[in-house]
Amino acid sequence: MKSATIQLETLTCPSCMLKVEAAVNSLEGIVEETVKVSFNSSKVKLDFDEEKVSIDDIEGAITKVGYEVLKSRVK
Amino acid sequence: MQRYVLSHKNQITLISGILIATAFINKWTAVNMQIFTWALIIASILGALPIAIQAYQALRVKVVSIDVLVTIAVIGAFLIQNYEESAIVTFLFLFGAYLEQRTLNKTRSAIKELTEMAPESALKQMDNGEFEEVEVDEVDEGDILLVKTGAKVPVDGTVLSGEGSINEASITGESIPVAKEKGSNVFAGTILDNGTIQIVADRVGEDTTFGKIIELVEEAQDSKSEAERFIDRFSKWYTPAVLFIAFIVWVFSRDVELAITILVLGCPGALVIGVPVSNVAGIGNGAANGVLLKGSEVISDFSRLDTMVFDKTGTLTLGNPSVAEKKYYGENIDEVLGYLASIERESDHPLAKAVLEEIGQTNFSTVENTEVVKGGGIIASVKGHRLAVGNLALMERENVEISDEAKADIEQFEKNGNSLVITSLDGELKVLMGVRDQIRPRVKEDLQKLKKLGVKNLVMLSGDNQGTVDLVSRELGLTEAHGNMLPEDKQAYIKKLIEEGQIVAFVGDGVNDSPSLALANIGIAMGSGTDVAIETSDVVLMNSDFSRLPHALGLTKSISRNMKQNIVIAVGVVLVLLASVLFSEWMNMSIGMLVHEGSILAVILNGMRLINYKL
Repeated sequence: MKSATIQLETLTCPSCMLKVEAAVNSLEGIVEETVKVSFNSSKVKLDFDEEKVSIDDIEGAITKVGYEVLKSRVK
Repeated sequence: MQRYVLSHKNQITLISGILIATAFINKWTAVNMQIFTWALIIASILGALPIAIQAYQALRVKVVSIDVLVTIAVIGAFLIQNYEESAIVTFLFLFGAYLEQRTLNKTRSAIKELTEMAPESALKQMDNGEFEEVEVDEVDEGDILLVKTGAKVPVDGTVLSGEGSINEASITGESIPVAKEKGSNVFAGTILDNGTIQIVADRVGEDTTFGKIIELVEEAQDSKSEAERFIDRFSKWYTPAVLFIAFIVWVFSRDVELAITILVLGCPGALVIGVPVSNVAGIGNGAANGVLLKGSEVISDFSRLDTMVFDKTGTLTLGNPSVAEKKYYGENIDEVLGYLASIERESDHPLAKAVLEEIGQTNFSTVENTEVVKGGGIIASVKGHRLAVGNLALMERENVEISDEAKADIEQFEKNGNSLVITSLDGELKVLMGVRDQIRPRVKEDLQKLKKLGVKNLVMLSGDNQGTVDLVSRELGLTEAHGNMLPEDKQAYIKKLIEEGQIVAFVGDGVNDSPSLALANIGIAMGSGTDVAIETSDVVLMNSDFSRLPHALGLTKSISRNMKQNIVIAVGVVLVLLASVLFSEWMNMSIGMLVHEGSILAVILNGMRLINYKL
């Protein structure tokens, strides 16, 4: 299990949060209770199972709903 | 393609605006109605493109966003060939989004300034012993780093070698540089003003004090109050509901115009954004002014405060005894002070430290035949003189003559709550010093401000004897003061107040008072950025600066007021729009969108006022 902090481009509408959250949760291997999208700091924090899903997959899912990923860190 | 469109949203907005302007110039000058229509059609399609893409992306993850409502409305307007409406609505929506982003960034600016102070690179010692510049993420605990003059300390660490002075304003809010030498702790985000040091990394990244402060502020800004969570749940169902209502209206009235107007009017903009915007701007203001507020629940409690309970030592007073008053008698005082310092230098009594600090630079001499008199003081000889340093009992024992003048002084000093340090030289009274734990400068004024802001009771609890406590209480004009209190007594006292239904804040230094901090409705720590203080409290006053307290209270009151104003604006606008679509003729899609975007900007601008809040 790893935890990631992903910095997105500035989020401006609260429905962005719903979109990002839904996009991430649609992936396999994400621990759903840990997904936290913060509107003001435009960050996503989550835990994931690195055997089922990679950080690239997660970033891809976010990009697909239209948000740019600026930086991500996995610990 | 999707990417390209979205990243050029601003240009699209601009072009669409120009097209609409062209169209209307043509209409009013009646040059060419053909151009009017086509310009609007192009503007509609162009403007609808980014909105439709966003709507599609949202729908794919099963979210009915505002974009979905607007897209359907625009397509509807387009189908009934009302190009004027479709063009203007898309333009207003895009332009509004642009303004929202610009203004929202402003409300977030305080925290952004804070994160920008985070260090980015470090000079790390590699295996070959050389220092190389690396990204700060590549530094691990235990690495050895070099920090040069003018550079930021990249991590929390301990100085291995070298010395210098560091500006710790980013952590403590105090801009006077602090001297560092081997063994000193240094903090990430602080700046080495001069010197060069090598440090070993103790904590890196988010674990550093600076990282924790940033995380704390970010989490606070995104924390949600009960009301906000309600609005969130509400808006999740609200947009689909609007879609449904519009559909029903269309089925029954067969009036496309009315149905799509409802879609546009139904956008829940200002309501969703109004409260977070006040929060962000307010918490940002706090962070920039040395007040860390941990979330919106804290703000709401703090703003309705009844009673503020203070710990005495270290909170209302400075916490380290110092010489508050002094009197000299007779000649050769400089010499006597030198002798006094020489004697005190060898003592580890707490009063001795205060006396030494007071005397400062002086000529030290050799001290001989030191004799400690229990419960009295010290007798010693310096340069052939016999000196007695201690209390009144010691002076009596030494048969020192005390003049009437000196007697009056001693009485006055004692009345002021001082411990006395009296010095005699060869049986003659020379120096009288009164040492006490002094009240922080300007605390009295700050307490007055708190009262003015509506705090009903100011209470002091202390472990000191009731006499000292009463003295401080009278000087500060407190409502109540209780002495001889152990930490558990303080806790019981706070519990009692809360049970009486009061909203209670406890102000303490965060270490020995953590139970009280945790128990009070609002725990306010006078911290200098230490972990305990940050974690157990709801509000942290950086750099233990008491004067930030009135600012903190005034700020939370303003934030609370601001949120209420925003809710009134948002709900009011929705009601007015609904009423006018039902009962008036002038409402249409474009006006609806204009009012909708206007109300969003109104709440953002209102929230922005908090950035510059000053007491």
